[in-house]
Amino acid sequence: MAIQTSSLELGSGTLVQAIPASASRGYWKSVARRLRRDPVTLVCAGTLILIVAAALAAPWLGLADPYKTSMLRRLYPLGSPNHILGTDELGRDMFSRLIYGGRLSLFMGVTPVLCALLIGGFLGITAGFLGGRVNMAIMRVMDVFYAFPSVLLAISLSGAMGAGTENTLLSLTLVFIPPICRVSESVTTQVRGFDFVDAARASGASTLTIVRVHVLGNVLGPILVYATSLISVAIILAAGLSFLGLGVKPPEPEWGLMLNTLRQAIYVNPVLAALPGVMIFITSICFNMMSDGLRAAMDVKA
Amino acid sequence: MDTLIPVDRGGPAQPLLLASGLQKHFPVGGGILGRGRKVVRAVDDLTLSVAKGETLGVVGESGCGKSTVARLLIRLLKPDRGTMVLDGDPVDEPHGITVNELRRNVQMVFQDSYASLNPRLTIGETLAFAPKAHGLPAAQARERVRDLLSKVGLDPNNYAERYPHELSGGQRQRVNIARALALRPRLVILDEAVSALDKSVEAQVLNMLVDLKEELGLTYVFISHDLNVVQYLSDRVLVMYLGKIVELGPVEAIYGDPQHPYTRALLSARPSMDPRKRTKEAPIQGDPPNPIDPPSGCRFRTRCPFAEDVCGRVEPILADTGRQSVACHIQVPGSGHSKAARTGVIAA
Repeated sequence: MAIQTSSLELGSGTLVQAIPASASRGYWKSVARRLRRDPVTLVCAGTLILIVAAALAAPWLGLADPYKTSMLRRLYPLGSPNHILGTDELGRDMFSRLIYGGRLSLFMGVTPVLCALLIGGFLGITAGFLGGRVNMAIMRVMDVFYAFPSVLLAISLSGAMGAGTENTLLSLTLVFIPPICRVSESVTTQVRGFDFVDAARASGASTLTIVRVHVLGNVLGPILVYATSLISVAIILAAGLSFLGLGVKPPEPEWGLMLNTLRQAIYVNPVLAALPGVMIFITSICFNMMSDGLRAAMDVKA
Repeated sequence: MDTLIPVDRGGPAQPLLLASGLQKHFPVGGGILGRGRKVVRAVDDLTLSVAKGETLGVVGESGCGKSTVARLLIRLLKPDRGTMVLDGDPVDEPHGITVNELRRNVQMVFQDSYASLNPRLTIGETLAFAPKAHGLPAAQARERVRDLLSKVGLDPNNYAERYPHELSGGQRQRVNIARALALRPRLVILDEAVSALDKSVEAQVLNMLVDLKEELGLTYVFISHDLNVVQYLSDRVLVMYLGKIVELGPVEAIYGDPQHPYTRALLSARPSMDPRKRTKEAPIQGDPPNPIDPPSGCRFRTRCPFAEDVCGRVEPILADTGRQSVACHIQVPGSGHSKAARTGVIAA
């Protein structure tokens, strides 16, 4: 018989010799190692950390009062003494307002995505893992939300509920639940098909334990990467809502709102009027590039 | 954890696992709201028993329902119809045992050694998962992992902390076998467990399986398309074609004196090391018919060189011919097939 060759005599009694022990490395460690070799992602992450840290520490940085107006010092150009980035249409210090503005803008960008991540992620993983009718019910409801363009949905929800920070957060959260749910559902469905999930089911473990141990670890990565890319969209949408007067109310410093109020100054001092937009651009592109970098670092067959 | 230690209750004569009338049909596409929907008849009216301590080989072409049988036996799939009895206890019935209790006694090794290990868990975590889910404390689970790894010939100090991608195919399959043993089952279903390995590794793993069986008093259901491997390992062999059993019997009878035309065709299609014995032409032509709409009567008749009228009209039942059971009209006296004995005499 073909398999009764000499190799049979190797037998099963001998221990298979191992590869050197130092080579063992966890998945997240190898992701971190790959990220360290990606300068673009590192620069983006650094910029973001700088913006976030500055926004968080704004009250302790010794900046000018962002609410203090001065009719005499309106629309100073960039590089003016005491006002490094000039002043806005009410004479408030631009540098200070841009830093303070980051607090609200970032808050409005990150919070709805986090909330949507919790709700949409839960719904999506449930739909993906249970499949069948549960999947059908959850995903068809999401499709209804999907039928509206996200900008339109955010504007109509904010418009219906009225202006204000809370309503903006709520409407943005609702906008982001369906896409996060869909991504979670598709990666979970994929993971559920692997034999190791079947093996876990065959071991008699409860569904919750299987999801916790075998599913979450494999789906959180892709979902988080996608959510990161949504933060930039959220920042732009929040700024857009503020620009339209549906978000933050004056005199709060917020990038979208600043862009709106500086609109009239565009012929007097165009560079100044563009500054909040530059901040929005830098922040959102950094979030985008970082999510791309994360995807690249995590997209490996182990 | 004492409950995990197998107890032989019914005595050696009672089959460890008895499945009767198992049926699994998969609905496929089409049909609005399930109306007029077509089904793939993956397994149809399958009855088999696995004796304690034996190895039952299951062979057949790809797509004949071998893997579905494996998944039905461990209840990863719920059968549409049919009953299962584990050592005298009916499974998933009011007075019987639960599916979870069945799974403590029956475990499975999957074909794809890579897809069947969670890439995010270390080998130790993977092996400890099932015992922990059944309430074994962490310290004892670690002990169990070390024990399991050394049982399958892997050094516990070296492998418990490793990730699946750091292991070779053979090592991964050893881990899969160890995981199947983690709950100390009585029956292990090996679904193409060695098919993806290269020949020398396959031989090592097969020998390990033989040793483990002896050491732990296991019973195997060994599913494979490799006839040589099945012959080497099995006590009894079951031949499947399109979701049905066509022949079932002791390994010597099936390989030495195959009765069903399909079994004969399968065996003669085996590659031979002897050039003079190599078959010149394919013993059976074409592909198996679509299981969505299998042929009437005998399912093999569309490719059978001896097919006659009666084969299309009457479905042959699995009949005992003395040494093995065969589902073919030729073997049934008085069936109406021209090659069958007229009456009374058992065809050889």
